Amino acid sequence: MRIAPERIEEAAKELYVRALRDLPPDIKRGFDALAARETGATAKAVLGTMIQNIAVAERTGNLLCQDTGIPIYNVTIGRDAEVDGVALKAAIRRGCERSTKETPFRSSIVHPLTRANEHTSCGIGIPVIHIDFTDTFAGLRIEMIPKGSGSENNSWLRMAIPAEGVDAIKTFVVDCVLGAGGKTCPPTIVGVGIGGSADVCVHLAKVAATRALGTHCADPDGAELEGLLTNAVNMLGVGPQGLGGDATAFAVHVELAATHITMNPVAVNMQCHSARRSSVVLTADGVEYGY
Amino acid sequence: MAHHEITMPITEHEVRALAVDDTVTLHGALFGLRDATQIALFDHGRTTRFDLTGHAVIHTAPNVKKVVPSPAHPAGYEPLCVGTTTSARMERFTRPLMERCGVRIIIGKGGLAADSAAAFRERGGVYLAIVGGAAALETTWVEAIEDVDLDDLNPESLWKFRVRDFGPLRVAMDSRGGNLYAKVDADARGNRAAALAALGVKR
Repeated sequence: MRIAPERIEEAAKELYVRALRDLPPDIKRGFDALAARETGATAKAVLGTMIQNIAVAERTGNLLCQDTGIPIYNVTIGRDAEVDGVALKAAIRRGCERSTKETPFRSSIVHPLTRANEHTSCGIGIPVIHIDFTDTFAGLRIEMIPKGSGSENNSWLRMAIPAEGVDAIKTFVVDCVLGAGGKTCPPTIVGVGIGGSADVCVHLAKVAATRALGTHCADPDGAELEGLLTNAVNMLGVGPQGLGGDATAFAVHVELAATHITMNPVAVNMQCHSARRSSVVLTADGVEYGY
Repeated sequence: MAHHEITMPITEHEVRALAVDDTVTLHGALFGLRDATQIALFDHGRTTRFDLTGHAVIHTAPNVKKVVPSPAHPAGYEPLCVGTTTSARMERFTRPLMERCGVRIIIGKGGLAADSAAAFRERGGVYLAIVGGAAALETTWVEAIEDVDLDDLNPESLWKFRVRDFGPLRVAMDSRGGNLYAKVDADARGNRAAALAALGVKR
């Protein structure tokens, strides 16, 4: 099936604004779970305000957060999907720009040296477009993530060495959460990348941070580590907005890749409580939006 | 833990009455600024026609829509989504904001560092914590964008909002040495050993 660029452009436009307005159901359930467990009075009030904000955004159709983020489009080309790769990238870029201008909302993207804002949410290398392939479904899936900067500014890579073992990974994650304090807009999803090369490790941390709550690392050792780390970071007491409390993280997510015999890399990337994402599956004649 | 309804601007005496964990709801004028605004003012020597003496500033760069100026939108901007950004990046601008512009209240998320705490003590000022990422709600507290300056920096212009029932916000750093972020950070660092022990970390 051929997926026309016009449909991809329309989807890219729609996905950005949907992500900004409508929080995924797994994140809403995550809020309910944290609020039910929270024992701190200030933290309860802060979580209550966050939950109230979700309802206000739904009622008014407004954006959840002022930060429209760095736009990321994750494209997965499934069975039987035929796309013109160059046209696909151009269509996503046009959709991203149209969403910004036609909604309208704030373009958060500037040139890194001149700081010039073209007011298009686009620039050199932005939107970020990742392309992958799968045989698990038919059609074309696009996931959109407006990645907020408060959490993105708290990203770290440590090229630990084998002699430091898994302890280095665990300690690094705890220290990153401590160092971030309230700057990441907690409660967060703490994304941890383990293994790979330096660039792969950082990318894995982003994949982990933006994965749906309730999903687990495909590797059983990685999944076990997720549970241990989630428990540990929630012992720290950083709390929602760094004002103290139990709810520091919704979860710690881990993604793994094999690495070199001399290497033990670990990266942390965080997702703020406005853990926004949207997705669409395009087939020959179908368009199905989701999260 | 008192609650204060405050119409801006405010005097040094009034701001010194605010203590950590008090709550505050603001009314009247509120100025929005952030990284580029303060780099322009304090690094590049630009000036503003606004008088910030005794006023509150919020770390923000709102989503706005350009419209024809009207009584509802005097500056020709409709506020679409007004939220708050992470304050820590703007730590070094607290002193010039207070010393050169006379600002008394900084509103933000995530807190400021030790030098800001000292400036609040010395000059008489507070940091009010708003819930970051709750912009849809925050926008309902903004009545209008009354004026705008340094608009070539848009969206990081110097915005003058008119607000009503803006809050409740929490006093998180006060003029008496109270600092909720420093306390939470010290407590969290105190919990580090227990967290690492729960992970089975040996060294």
